[in-house]
Amino acid sequence: MAEIELRGIEKRYGETPILKGVSLKIKDGEFLTLVGPSGCGKSTLLRIISGLEDQDAGEVSVGGRPVDGARPKDRDVAMVFQSYALYPHLTVFDNIALPLRTRQLSFVQRLPLIGPLVPGRAGIERSIRVEVEQAAVMLDVAQLLHRKPGELSGGQRQRVALGRAMVRRPTVFLMDEPLSNLDARLRVQMRTEITSLHRRLGVTFVYVTHDQSEAMTMANRVAVMMAGELLQVGPPEELYRDPQDLRVAEMIGSPKINIVTRAHWTDNRSVLSAALAPQTRRLAFRPEAAVLTTPADELPNGTVTTLENLGSDIFVHVALRDGPETVVVRTAPDERRFSLGCTVGLKINAARLMQFDEAGRRCGDIERVAA
Amino acid sequence: MSARRPGYQLAGRIARHALLAVSATFALLPFVWMISLSLKPPDEIFQPDFHLWPKTFQGVENYRVALTAAPMLRFLLNGVFVCATIFVLQLMVCVPCAYALAKLRFRGRDTLFSAVLVGLLLPPQALAIPHFVLLYGFGLLDTYAALILPWIISAFGIFLLRQFFRSIPDEIIHAARLDGLGEFEIIWRIMMPMSAPALAAFGVFSVVAHWNDLFWPLIAVRAEDISTPALGILLFRDDEAGQFLGPLMAGATIIVAPLLLAFLLAQRRFIDGLATTAMK
Repeated sequence: MAEIELRGIEKRYGETPILKGVSLKIKDGEFLTLVGPSGCGKSTLLRIISGLEDQDAGEVSVGGRPVDGARPKDRDVAMVFQSYALYPHLTVFDNIALPLRTRQLSFVQRLPLIGPLVPGRAGIERSIRVEVEQAAVMLDVAQLLHRKPGELSGGQRQRVALGRAMVRRPTVFLMDEPLSNLDARLRVQMRTEITSLHRRLGVTFVYVTHDQSEAMTMANRVAVMMAGELLQVGPPEELYRDPQDLRVAEMIGSPKINIVTRAHWTDNRSVLSAALAPQTRRLAFRPEAAVLTTPADELPNGTVTTLENLGSDIFVHVALRDGPETVVVRTAPDERRFSLGCTVGLKINAARLMQFDEAGRRCGDIERVAA
Repeated sequence: MSARRPGYQLAGRIARHALLAVSATFALLPFVWMISLSLKPPDEIFQPDFHLWPKTFQGVENYRVALTAAPMLRFLLNGVFVCATIFVLQLMVCVPCAYALAKLRFRGRDTLFSAVLVGLLLPPQALAIPHFVLLYGFGLLDTYAALILPWIISAFGIFLLRQFFRSIPDEIIHAARLDGLGEFEIIWRIMMPMSAPALAAFGVFSVVAHWNDLFWPLIAVRAEDISTPALGILLFRDDEAGQFLGPLMAGATIIVAPLLLAFLLAQRRFIDGLATTAMK
């Protein structure tokens, strides 16, 4: 069907390596997001899958068939771009119909002036019209078919771009930051529309974004990329609970994970030091993995510096006494309130404390050692 | 600031318009003079005092001579044919070249583009002798081909269109490739419609240059029946030019008129095209 397999993909621009041997298997019908900071190579990887760029080394196969060197149109992939990339001089109808026309009409039938006279064209045009209208109804742009892209809002253009991509029923959908030109509210709405489109079409989606919340909410699996390498691939909850690399831990989750340097935590904090592995250099925990209590000698203590009240949660920023770090702890509004400047103790759930070594790799896992 | 000092603003506008009016007068004066002379009898042309409107109106006579003494209609048709063919062939060469230079990645692209820029610096007169010798070698002198072939590769056209094509986002071309369009179809269906203003601007430059060109037709062509308008008008310039100055000016007016009309019709697009290319 349409699983995608990448083996050792490398790409460099001049002397700068962009992708350093990326291998990844994307299952048929899966929704995979590639997330990473800008410039990490995720868009390049997407363009290599689509065939718009050639890799310097490695193989790509789509549906079990190697597609290296195949032209984009022969790969059965469709792509949605950040700028939508609609043809400004064509109506919405012609924009959506173009991929069908190039595939279904012969070369002669596509010629200007002569094309419409060639037998068989009228019938094909009728079936194209039906398909375009179906796609337009599905995406709620049926009333816009005669307009030009310049007359549409950002959200409408996005839907037309989706329509143009899905109308020829590709087995793989590639999306390159499709929502980043939309305003915040529309972005959240389009997220759910794209995931429901994925469920209806049941084909493989590869979605590139730099926004971890998009990656987490939409995907079956998330692949975190940084500096041309895949750091970790897994379901969103796995990346959140069990990051294998400090950079993954930092990228996933909002507010960011708390990181403290081990050296700052003196040995009288018996709760922690007992279980730490010798190579551990840094410790990390999520904002909900700790609770605030009254200060005590055996706990890390600190001072409340900021309170972020989101209504459902209050995030308390605590400047630690034992080091330069500030950590964020989630508290519920109905729990005990802390006011600015008061001294608190930090009780960290030891099972959810993660340890990272010098290179930022996960090490000495407490729960794994126990299990 | 300007809102608080309407007087300043008004003075500025008057000064601007005065400056523009003066320069426009200088540009238009030869045309006005040409039209005025084309309406006058010979003796009045050489009078020391100048009247814009002739005392004895000889316009009809002058224009009749201009149209009958030489095959003016033939010259005009030649001009249309030569200019249109040059422009169409120029597009067929320039558009793919400009597309390749703007949007395709290949070795030596920047060197080629530098070569185009060097081509822009070369005055066409410098190439006249080599062109002449080449056409002589192929036995094409004194044919339409001699008027057309030297011009079909326009460095200016490649440069102008390349700059415009660069302003079209790559994502549109990527989308077109994924939609199954070939490179020539991308040029024809996407790039050309999207760059209509630039094409119009280039068209005006090209047609004006070749319609008015006297230098090259004078070298390449002798036969009257393939003369372009500018060359044809030379036929009036006999030794007794004084006798024929009125009809000469009438002929010049007839030749300039189609261009002026075309410019007025395409004015907006022309300016749009230049403005967008200059800004991006």
